[in-house]
Amino acid sequence: MGKAVLTGKHFWYGDIAIAEGAIAAGCRFFAGYPITPASEIAEHISRRFPEIGGIFIQFEDELAAMAAILGASWAGAKSMTATSGPGLSLMMENLGLGVVMEVPTVIVDIQRGGPSTGLPTLTAQGDVMQAKWGSHGPYEIIALSPDSPQEAFDLTIRCFNLAEKYRVPVILLASETVGHSAGKVIVPPEDEIELIERKKPTVPPEEYLPYKPDEDLIPPMACAGEGYAICTTGLTHDEKGYPDVSAEAQEKLVRRLNDKIRKHREEIVDVEEENMEDAKIAVVSYGQVSRPAKRAVKIAREEGIKVGSIKLITVWPFAENVIRKWSKQVETFIVPELNYGQIYLEVKREAAGNSETVLIPRMGGRLITPQEIYREIKKVSK
Amino acid sequence: MSWKMTKEKEPFLSEELHPMDRWLRSERMPHIWCAGCGIGSTLYAWARALDSVGIDRKKVVYVSGIGCCGRGSGYLNVDGFHTTHGRAIPFATGIKLVKPNLCVNVISGDGDLFSIGGNHFIHACRRNVDLLVICTNNFIYGMTGGQLAATTPLGDYSTTSPYGNIEPPFNTPYLADASGAVYVARWTSIHVRLLEKSIAEALRMKGFRYIEVLSPCPVNYGRRNKLREVDAIAKWFWQSSVIKHDADTSEVQIEKGKPIILGNFVKREKPSYYEELKRLEEKVKRAAEAKK
Repeated sequence: MGKAVLTGKHFWYGDIAIAEGAIAAGCRFFAGYPITPASEIAEHISRRFPEIGGIFIQFEDELAAMAAILGASWAGAKSMTATSGPGLSLMMENLGLGVVMEVPTVIVDIQRGGPSTGLPTLTAQGDVMQAKWGSHGPYEIIALSPDSPQEAFDLTIRCFNLAEKYRVPVILLASETVGHSAGKVIVPPEDEIELIERKKPTVPPEEYLPYKPDEDLIPPMACAGEGYAICTTGLTHDEKGYPDVSAEAQEKLVRRLNDKIRKHREEIVDVEEENMEDAKIAVVSYGQVSRPAKRAVKIAREEGIKVGSIKLITVWPFAENVIRKWSKQVETFIVPELNYGQIYLEVKREAAGNSETVLIPRMGGRLITPQEIYREIKKVSK
Repeated sequence: MSWKMTKEKEPFLSEELHPMDRWLRSERMPHIWCAGCGIGSTLYAWARALDSVGIDRKKVVYVSGIGCCGRGSGYLNVDGFHTTHGRAIPFATGIKLVKPNLCVNVISGDGDLFSIGGNHFIHACRRNVDLLVICTNNFIYGMTGGQLAATTPLGDYSTTSPYGNIEPPFNTPYLADASGAVYVARWTSIHVRLLEKSIAEALRMKGFRYIEVLSPCPVNYGRRNKLREVDAIAKWFWQSSVIKHDADTSEVQIEKGKPIILGNFVKREKPSYYEELKRLEEKVKRAAEAKK
């Protein structure tokens, strides 16, 4: 058997770092469909998995790939797929099934310019709202956004841990410029990588109710072939997993599916704050844009402007408490993003009544430069 | 008999156990299927076949899609997965590849497997994934109220072909055969014993096995197509069917007024997807060792 965790220093593309992060997290089932700019993840895994006993399968489309990773997870594997906008659109169907069946799995979205076929080879952050609301019905989701190959590696592992812990599909929301830029990636020794595994039932099969949650709102998960005669469905269901298409059952189930994320918001949400202590202006960014954002803040600070940076590591659930807290001190939030205002609206909603929120929009295709953000900081500081 | 009447009487819940009771989630009865529907007898034949082959109930996985037949996975006392419309096959593929020792079955309808799920069907045949796929073909979308299907015979009426169907239907055994399935058969839900034998034969094999089960839908197919009585479709099957094992699948298209060809059409051997996957793994390992 080949080595799974490649402990050491590497020079990797973001896409490769994601693939290696998944392997280090224990992912042994990957289903995908080729798409620019995410194909390198599938290519790398197709080469690596036979060495380490993982199962790689290229499907006929993203609908099938997404269905297969749910099935694989139900069989007990840690599973993943990787795609870009057009593929993510197709995956929304079974992402909803994953939410309602409570299936731990990871979906990587290397964002490119949209709508539709858009800009296949160029970067964007246009899928933020789709990641949250793309499948039908009311639900909560977890999405993390990396800004570099190193963070792509680290956050892929965290995606698996969150998926296993909360029994939910987790989205790694990267972008083309993260997937296709190379950088140093340090892979720690295997025993230093903290992994979380899904809760298993502690009662015998005759007492097991597949959708009876513990106090943390998360039900323990029996898998196929373990003798529990699991019953699961995309229909609204009761604790036995039996279809119950009543308003009461819907209220109970959907409320819990939302609450199991909402009530753990504080545990899940992760932000990186810099220079915020006395900041009157804050640049709120996520993913690749965090890098020019931090650079711009640094330059402006050197000129004595009281500006800080809030980088969202978790895009969903949104760090609403963080924004609300700082809105009491900060006069203006600046949100640069590679779309026409998605996280901007979330920030604006939380800052409303206390602070102004300014958007630096970019449709995608090219990055926002530190100079552009710096100019905006200068403008609002006057 | 309407569902409501059955529910009020509730005669069968306590009195006598069904012979296949241990395969059922009896507490979920009565089921949602209409009188005259063929899904129940198909599942009966399937459960009997599992018994006759001696497969441990704990190793049985039942994956279904959406539609009347989709509900079956929730009535059987096995690991049951009621998935999305058309995606039962890829979902089942994920389970089977991770746990190859499980007996993974996809039992779904014609709309699910051949319209919305058609692409997955042909690709799973091509890959020869280890799955037993049973299609209860009732020529119509039953659950949604009788709309045109990819299996509705030419000229037939449905709620979305009110002037008659102008689309030629799929000949599903031919499609499975041409796409590479290792076992292809067709029976009807009234040929319960022969169907059971066919399922048992398929359960003993590896690779992608396909059995089409023609199944009456008096409520949503029969009533618009001069087969209104509850047993009219069963009678049509009985009177028109001809058993012809090893028939050329290109010649088994279902056409009104012509014989319905039933039988075990295809049985061939070739390595399954999982076997090929393991062979590939060995090759990679040997190459890595040779390098050392």
